[in-house]
Amino acid sequence: MLEIRDLRATAGDKEILRGINLTVNPGEVHAVMGPNGSGKSTLAQVLAGHPAYRVTNGSVSYDGKDLLDMEPEERAQAGVFLAFQYPVEIPGVSNAYFLRAAYNEIRKAKGLEEIDSMDFIDLLEEKLRVVEWGPEIMSRAVNSGFSGGEKKRNEILQLAVLEPRLAVLDETDSGLDIDALRIVAAGVNKLRSPDRSFVVVTHYQRLLNYIIPDFVHVLSNGRIAMSGGKDLALELEAKGYEWVEAAAAAPAGAGA
Amino acid sequence: MSEAVLQDLDIRAGAAIADGPEWLEPVRRAAADRFAVIGFPAARDEEWRFTPIAPITRGIWRPSPGVAARVPADRLAPFIFGQAEWSTLVFVNGAYSEALSRVMDLPRGVLVGSLAEALRGDGAVLRAHLTRHAPMEGSSFTALNTAGFRDGGLVHVPAGLDLDRPVHFVYLTTADAEGTAIHPRNLIVVERGAHASVIESYVTLVPDAVYWTNPVTEVAAAAGSWLEHTRIQRESERAHHVALTQVDQQRDSHYRSFSMAMGGALARHNLHVRLNDENIETLMYGLYLTRGEQVVDNHTAIFHDQPNCRSWEVYKGVLDDRSRAVFNGKVFVRPEAQKTDAKQTNRNLLLSDWAKVNTKPQLEIFADDVKCTHGATVGRLDDVALFYARSRGVPKEAAERLLTYAFAAEVIEEVALEPVRNELDRLVLSRLEAQRGGGAAGQG
Ligand SMILES: Nc1ncnc2c1ncn2[C@@H]1O[C@H](COP(=O)(O)OP(=O)(O)OP(=O)(O)O)[C@@H](O)[C@H]1O
Ligand SMILES: [Mg+2]
Repeated sequence: MLEIRDLRATAGDKEILRGINLTVNPGEVHAVMGPNGSGKSTLAQVLAGHPAYRVTNGSVSYDGKDLLDMEPEERAQAGVFLAFQYPVEIPGVSNAYFLRAAYNEIRKAKGLEEIDSMDFIDLLEEKLRVVEWGPEIMSRAVNSGFSGGEKKRNEILQLAVLEPRLAVLDETDSGLDIDALRIVAAGVNKLRSPDRSFVVVTHYQRLLNYIIPDFVHVLSNGRIAMSGGKDLALELEAKGYEWVEAAAAAPAGAGA
Repeated sequence: MSEAVLQDLDIRAGAAIADGPEWLEPVRRAAADRFAVIGFPAARDEEWRFTPIAPITRGIWRPSPGVAARVPADRLAPFIFGQAEWSTLVFVNGAYSEALSRVMDLPRGVLVGSLAEALRGDGAVLRAHLTRHAPMEGSSFTALNTAGFRDGGLVHVPAGLDLDRPVHFVYLTTADAEGTAIHPRNLIVVERGAHASVIESYVTLVPDAVYWTNPVTEVAAAAGSWLEHTRIQRESERAHHVALTQVDQQRDSHYRSFSMAMGGALARHNLHVRLNDENIETLMYGLYLTRGEQVVDNHTAIFHDQPNCRSWEVYKGVLDDRSRAVFNGKVFVRPEAQKTDAKQTNRNLLLSDWAKVNTKPQLEIFADDVKCTHGATVGRLDDVALFYARSRGVPKEAAERLLTYAFAAEVIEEVALEPVRNELDRLVLSRLEAQRGGGAAGQG
C-alpha cells in the first residue's frame, strides 16, 4: 500500500529526513517512535504534502501511484489521512460544515454523488458514536477554542467520517486524559480493517497497549534507526533512546 | 462652484417636497446656505484624505426624477429576503413606489412609510427628530442631503411596543438613475422600551450605471429601547455612495449595527453614535468585500459622553484586485465617562498583491478609569489552515473560498436576525463564487 524509498526532505536548508525506508502493507499498523525533533511529524507532513517541505531524494508510492506527485487534496481524495499533532483552528466554519465539505469533495473525486445535509446528519450521528461524543461539538467552529484533548478527538472523528485507507496519526494520544485515550484508541480499533493501514506516531508505549502494532520503528535523526515487533516499544521504555542511537551507530545493517 | 452644484441639483428652487411643513423650510434653506459656503471637502481635509471624491465633485449631476419609474415586481425579487410578513418600503431612483412597497399589519400606533408622505401630515415625531440628530455644520454631504432630500423611509415605534417583524427599506436604481444624484433621508425613532429591526438596502438593476447616492439616516433610540439596524450597500460598481448614519442613544438602550458594503466605485459610510446617558450598549459590526478598483471607506465615530457604557466594534474586509479600503474608527471618551468599556477591531484579508488598506484607530480618551482597546490587522489567508483543509480533500480554490468565507462569516454571525444572517451569507458566497469562479470552477 505504501512504499517509502530512501526519502530525504528539507525545510529551508535544513535536512530533516535523511533517507527513510518504510513499507506498509494493507491492514498493518506501524508505530513510529523516536526522540523530539527526530523527524516524525516531518515524515507525516511530507506524506500529506505539506508545502513547507521539499523532497530532495527518494520516492513514495501509494497504491502504485507516485504520492509525491499529487496535490495534498488529491492524496486525501485517494485515501490518505493525517491526524495532525497540532490540529488547526478555523474560526467561522462550523465543524459540521467543514466535515461535510471534505466528505463531499472526496465523494466527488470518486465520482459519487454529494450527500445532502439530512443524510449527512445521520452519518454524523453514527460516527460521533465512534468517539463517544454528543452532537453539540458539530455546531462549533472547527477546533476553535477546543481543548487539547477535544482537538485530538476531533481528528479521530474526521478519520471516522472520511474513512481513509491510510491513516497517519501524529501523537494523537498526547494531551488526552485516560478516558479520552481509551475512547480514541477504541475508535481507531473499530476502524481497523484488512484493507486499512495505520502509521501511529507516539511517544508513549501505553497507547500501544490499546492499539497493538504489527511493527514498531524508531526514528532518530531523520532515519529509521531500528525496527521490530510490538515488544520493541517495551524495550525502548526500559532502555531509552540513547540505547537505540548507540546500537544504530555501532554495526552496519540496522534500519529498513 | 458650490452654487452651481445646488443649481444643477435644483435645490435652491425648493422643488423638493413643495408641500412639506413650514418648520422644515428654514432648516433646508440653512443647509443649502451652509453647502454654498463650505462646498465639497477639500483634498487636504483630514477626514477625506484617503477618499478620492473627485468623481463626485467634478461630476455634473442632475436631480433624480421625482416619481418612481415602473419596475416589474419580479425584477425587485432578487433583492427581497426574509419573510413574507416583513414590511418593505421600495424607493426607485429615490422616489417611493407605492406599487412595489407593502406595509403589513402593524401594532397600533406604529408608523412605517414614506417620509415625504408623513411630512405632508407633519406630526410631532418629525418635528422632534427629523434633521435634529444629523449635524450638518461639519459635513458637506449632510448639508446637501438636508437641503435636497425628497423622500426616504420612516419608522416610528411608540413606547413599549415590540415591532416583532423587521422593516426593510430598499433603494433601487434603474437605467434612469444614470447621471443623477439621489439624497434618501431615513428616520428611525424607537421610543422608550420599544424594540425594532430595520434594514436598509441600496441595490441596482444596472450593474454599470453611474449615479451618486447620498443617504442620511437618523436614528433616535430612547431609554431602554432595542434596535438592530442592518445596512446592505450593493450599488452599481461604477456608482458613488456617501452615507451618514447618525445615532443618538439614551439610557439603557441597545443599538446594534451591521454595515455591509460591496458596491460602489467609491463608497463611504460614516456611522456616528452618541451615547447620551448611562448604561448604554452599542455594537457596531461591518463587512466590506471589494474588487476591481473599488474604494470602500468606513468612518465610524462613537461618543462616550456618559459613564458605564459599553461599545464593541468589529469591522472586517476582504479585498481583491486593485481595490482599496479605508477604515477610521474614532472613539471619544469624555472626562465624565468613567467605566467606559470600548473595544474596536478592524481586520483585513488581502486576496491580491495589489489591494490596499488604510486603517486607523483614533482613540481620544479623557477619563482615567476606562477599558479601551483597539487592534487592526492586514493579512493573507492562513497557509496552515489552507493546508489543513486541503489535507481533508478540499481542493485549493475551494479551500481558499472556504477560509475567506469563514473570515467573513465570523462577523456575520453577530447579526441577531437569522434571515438577515442568511442573506449576508448568501451575498458573501455568491461574491466569492463570482470572484474565483472564472477559470477555476472545475478543479485542475
Ligand atoms: N518547517 C520547518 N522549518 C524549519 N525547521 C523545521 C520545520 N519543520 C520541522 N523542523 C525541524 O525539523 C526537526 C524535526 O521536526 P519534527 O517536527 O519532524 O520532529 P518530531 O520528531 O515530530 O518531534 P516531536 O516529538 O517533538 O513532535 C526539528 O528540529 C524541527 O525544528
Ligand atoms: Mg512531532
